[in-house]
Order: sequence, then structure tokens, then C-alpha cells
Amino acid sequence: MLSIRNLCANAAGSEILRGIDLEVNPGEVHAIMGPNGSGKSTLAHVLAGRDLYDVTNGEVLFEGKNLLAMAPEDRAREGIFLAFQYPVEIPGVGNLYFLRTALNAIRRHRGLEELDAMDFLELVNGKMKSLGMDQTYRERAVNAGFSGGEKKRNEILQMSVLEPKLAILDETDSGLDIDALRIVADGVNALRSPQRAIVVVTHYQRLLNYIIPDKVHVLSGGKIVKSGGKDLALKLEEKGYGWLEDALLVDSG
Amino acid sequence: MPVATKEYEERYLASFQELDSRTGSRVPAWLRRLRQEAAEYFAETGFPTTRNEEWKYTNVAPLLAVPFEPAAEGASLGEEALKPALLDDAEAARLVFVNGRFAETLSSLQGLPSGVVAGSLASALGEAGVEEHLGQIAAHREHPFAALNTAFLQDGAYLRVSKGTVLEKPVHLLFLSASGARPGVSHPRALVVAERDTQFRLVESYFGLPGRLPGGAHFSNAVTEILAGENAMLELVKLQEENAASFHTALLAVRQERGSNVFACSISLQGALVRNDVSAVLAAEGAECTLDGLYLAAGREHVDNHTAIDHASPHCASRQLYKGILDGHAAGVFNGKILVRKDAQKTNAVQSNKNLLLSGDAQINTKPQLEIFADDVRCTHGATIGQIDPEAVFYLRSRGIGPEEARRLLTRAFAAEILERVRVPGVRERVEQALRARWA
Repeated sequence: MLSIRNLCANAAGSEILRGIDLEVNPGEVHAIMGPNGSGKSTLAHVLAGRDLYDVTNGEVLFEGKNLLAMAPEDRAREGIFLAFQYPVEIPGVGNLYFLRTALNAIRRHRGLEELDAMDFLELVNGKMKSLGMDQTYRERAVNAGFSGGEKKRNEILQMSVLEPKLAILDETDSGLDIDALRIVADGVNALRSPQRAIVVVTHYQRLLNYIIPDKVHVLSGGKIVKSGGKDLALKLEEKGYGWLEDALLVDSG
Repeated sequence: MPVATKEYEERYLASFQELDSRTGSRVPAWLRRLRQEAAEYFAETGFPTTRNEEWKYTNVAPLLAVPFEPAAEGASLGEEALKPALLDDAEAARLVFVNGRFAETLSSLQGLPSGVVAGSLASALGEAGVEEHLGQIAAHREHPFAALNTAFLQDGAYLRVSKGTVLEKPVHLLFLSASGARPGVSHPRALVVAERDTQFRLVESYFGLPGRLPGGAHFSNAVTEILAGENAMLELVKLQEENAASFHTALLAVRQERGSNVFACSISLQGALVRNDVSAVLAAEGAECTLDGLYLAAGREHVDNHTAIDHASPHCASRQLYKGILDGHAAGVFNGKILVRKDAQKTNAVQSNKNLLLSGDAQINTKPQLEIFADDVRCTHGATIGQIDPEAVFYLRSRGIGPEEARRLLTRAFAAEILERVRVPGVRERVEQALRARWA
């Protein structure tokens, strides 16, 4: 579904991604881990189409199409969803109004009928309940005055309503206590399907106890330096990122 | 002063002389004196120039350049013409004025709730309280356009709500301007007396009908005086929707008695040059005043809002929130004056002006003006000038919403803060329609 080949990108003139290669198939859950500054968030944002980054080389194919040539809204309509690490607050725009507008834009693109307010409300109520979000959420503005945990849950709610083909979670676990973490993980796990791919970008292994990955990749210095199964994550947890860097030096030395 | 300006002043004064000699002996003496005194004041000071501090950023030359004549009677207007100006809400009463004159057939005064007197000011000149208050609440000696309005005072809206009356539905004062073959000027006037312990909402709308002149220009020069009695609770929404070629100057003067609570929201949707002055005097203890404003301007429009709150008594509170959305080459001005007199201890005054600039050429001049003479007070003021948040735009786009729609959503969101506080649904819908039309 997602094919990244030799992706290189800069931000403000400095090189951050230095040749990423990655293949993600439907039904798979991939984890991308790495130390701070390794380029994890940059990768997520480049895939979503944030114009702060310049792609200098490489290509990204999504279902065979050139993703990098698509505008952010087209990527979303094609089925890509990025759950942000720091979701922006948008006072004055109601949560439900925003979500319904987004859903209908995506449905139109897919040749489906738009949902009216009533049908949409029914759809959303069920999903809100399973995420433990109370009714006041409906009246509030997008992320305005939300705690960190509430913002993350809002991202997962959006994901479950918009039903993307590829969901990228950017450090979704940062700032969450164990209970919030469990709720978020349950929400993500509920979205697993043979047609859907999930990429979890995370610094800590902890989330991966709840969202068990099929493949784990380690990003360091802008490249994926090692890939493995879920025990790779456990090893990193035990030994730290330093262990991996030393091991690589030994390999190349 | 440019020769041309002197000529315009003379033209208006000549017009006044004509009016006075024609009608002066037919109105009560006190009214004639009021008009003459206002005309004298105007003759002395003339139209304001940008050398006048209160008009520093607003040049009235474009207004003066149009040879406005007293607007013709719009007697031929039917119900159909009225439709676009109506709000969908049920009304307690509706008073319609065309070019400043009361249009009885277009008004709706049936089933007026008891305790409410509403109608033409010209017919109410003999009523108790009119002589006492008319022209006494608006300080026309400080506002040249208000002086002009007062000099030409012939008719207007009169509303008196008596002691203890609570109205469920709002009263609607609708001032239509209908420009004819020649550019016309009208001077809408309103006097509202809210007696003690009353509660009601008032909508004051100024609507420019498309005229016979292509982009027919009209000049509405309005004055509204409001007396809020002890413990009266009043919500006033002013909706200004002249056409794009028109000019609108207005003074809203409010005098608040003990414990009264006035909420006044001024919404300015369109006009070549718009200048709103709101002046509130908190004349006795415990009065509360909230002034909200929303102004939209695009193209080469100019919109100027001046507010002045006079804390003349202790223990009074005032809040101001004015928000502007400016696009194209539009220019906005906000000047918020707060005067706290020497004995007005425990004053609490808050002022905020926020502006959204949608283009690189739009501009805003914003200035607080605090004159504080008491020492135990709390006065804060703030102003922001910003653009649409690119982070917010990206967030919306990343969810499938296109960039144009994202900007529209965010522009409407900016206005939402003011609209949420307007408790007349019809007005909210109108403004949202206007936002959609402007930034479609």
C-alpha cells in the first residue's frame, strides 16, 4: 500500500531524512522508533504533506500513486490520516461541524452520499462512547482547552470516523498516563483490519505493549538502520538506543 | 480648509434654513430650539477633518464629495421591498422607517404588549419624557454628524417600555435607505426609554435597498438615544447593511442608571465608509455595560468604530470586545476610550480589540484611550492583529477539507465569538449569510 524509496527531506535547509526505504502492506501494523531528532515526526509530516519540509530526493507511492504530488487534502481523501503529536487548537470551529465537513469531503471523493447532521450524530455518538468521551465534547471547539489526553482521544475519534486506509500515529502516547494510553490503544486496535495499515511512530516501547506491531523499524540519523519483529522493540527498551548505535558501528567497522 | 468642504457645509446649512422656515413654526418650540442650536454648533465646527483627533484615521472627503440631497420619501415601497431586510424572528413590534420617515403601513404594531409605547417620534413629541430626553442623551456638541442629524430632526422611532415590563420577543427598528435618482441623505433617529426594572431586546437594523442609481449611494446619518432606568436589562443589536457604495455615520448614546445592565452589539457588514460612535455613561452605582462589535470590510471599504465609556460612578463594570475582519485594501479603525472619573472607585473596565487581516493590503489602526482619575480601579485593554493560522489550515486540510473552505471556516470561526453572544437568531443567520457571500 505504501512504498517509500530513498526519501530525503530537509527542514529549514538542514537534512533530516537521508534516504528512507519502507514498504507497508494492508493489514500490517508497523512501529517506527528512534531517538529524539532522528526524523520520526518529519517522516510523518512529509507523508501528510506539510509544506515546511522540502523533499530533495526519492519517491513515495500510495496505492501506486505519487503521493508527494498530492495536496494534503487529496492525501486525506485518498485515505491517509495523520494523528498529530500536538494537535492544534481551533477556537470557534465546533468539533462535530469540523468532523462532519471532513467526512463529507472524503465521502464525496469516494462517490458516497454526504451524511446529514442527524445521521452523523448517530455515527459519532457510538464512537465517542467507546472512547470514553462525554457529550460536552460535542459543543466544544476543536481541541480548544483540551488536556493532552483529550486531544489524543480526539485524534483517534477522528480516525475512527474518517476510516482511513493508512493511519499514521505520531507519538500518540506522549504525555499520556496509563489509563489514557489504554483507551487510545483500544481505539487504535479497534481499527485494525485486513484492508487497513497502521504506522505507529513512537519513542517509547510502552505503547507497543498495547498496540502490538508486526514490524519494528529503528530510525536514526534520518535513515532506517534496523528492522525486525516486536522483540526488537523490547530489546531497545532493555538496552537503549545507544546499544543499537554501537552494534551498528561494530557491524560496519 | 479646502473651499469645497466649506461649500458642502453651506449646502447643508442652506438645507437646514429651508427646513426651519418651512416647518419650524409647526413643531414645539423646544424642538425648534434644539434643532437650531444643533445647526449653530454645526455651523461653527463644520465637518471633521483628519486634523481632528477623533477623526485622525478617517477622512470624510469621499462622503462630502457626493452631492447628497435630502432623500425623497419612499412612500411607494411595498411589502416585497421589505423582505430582504426582515429577520426570521418573531417580533414584539416592528417599526419601519424609509429614509428616516416612519412607514406605518410597513410597520407591525398589532398586539403590542401592554406597557409598550412604540411609534413615530413625530407623533410622540407631546408625550411625557420626550422633551426631557430627546437630544439630551446624545452629546451632539461632541459629534458633528450627530449635530447635523439633530438639526434635521423631523421623525424617528420612539419606544418607551414602562416600569417592570419584560418582553419575550425583540422589538425591531428597521431603517431602510432607498436611494432614488439622485444620491440622498437621511437622518434616522431613535429615542428609547427603558423604565426601571424592564427587560427587553432591541434590534436596530440599517438596510440599504438597491436603488435606481447603479450602485446608488445613500448617506445614513443616524442617532439613537437610550435611557436605561434603574435595574433595567437591555440587549441591543445594531446591524448595519448599507450597500457597497453607501455611507453610514452613527452615534449610539446610552445613559445608564443605578444597577442597569446594557449589552450593545454593533455589527457592520458593508459600506464604502462607515463610522460608528458608541457612547455610554454609567451615571449611577452598579451599572454594567458590555459593548461588542463585529466589523467586516473588503475592497476599498473603510470602517471606523469609536467607543467611549464614562465611568461616572463607583462600582460600575464595563467590557468591550470588538472584532474586525479585513480583506482586500480595506481599512479599519478602532478607538476605545475609557474615562474613569475621580470618585468612580471600584471600577472594573476591560477592553479588547481583535483583528483578522485576510490580505497583505488590509490595514487596521487600533488604539485604547484610558483616562483614569480614580485610584482603586481595574482597567485592562488589549489588541491583536493577526492572520489565519497556517497550522489550523493544515490541520483542516489533513482531514480532507480543501484550502479555500478551510480559510472560510476559520474566518467564520473568528466571527463566531461575537455571534455567539447575540441572542437574536435572525441576526446571527444574517451575518453568517454575509460572511458566506463575502468570502465564498
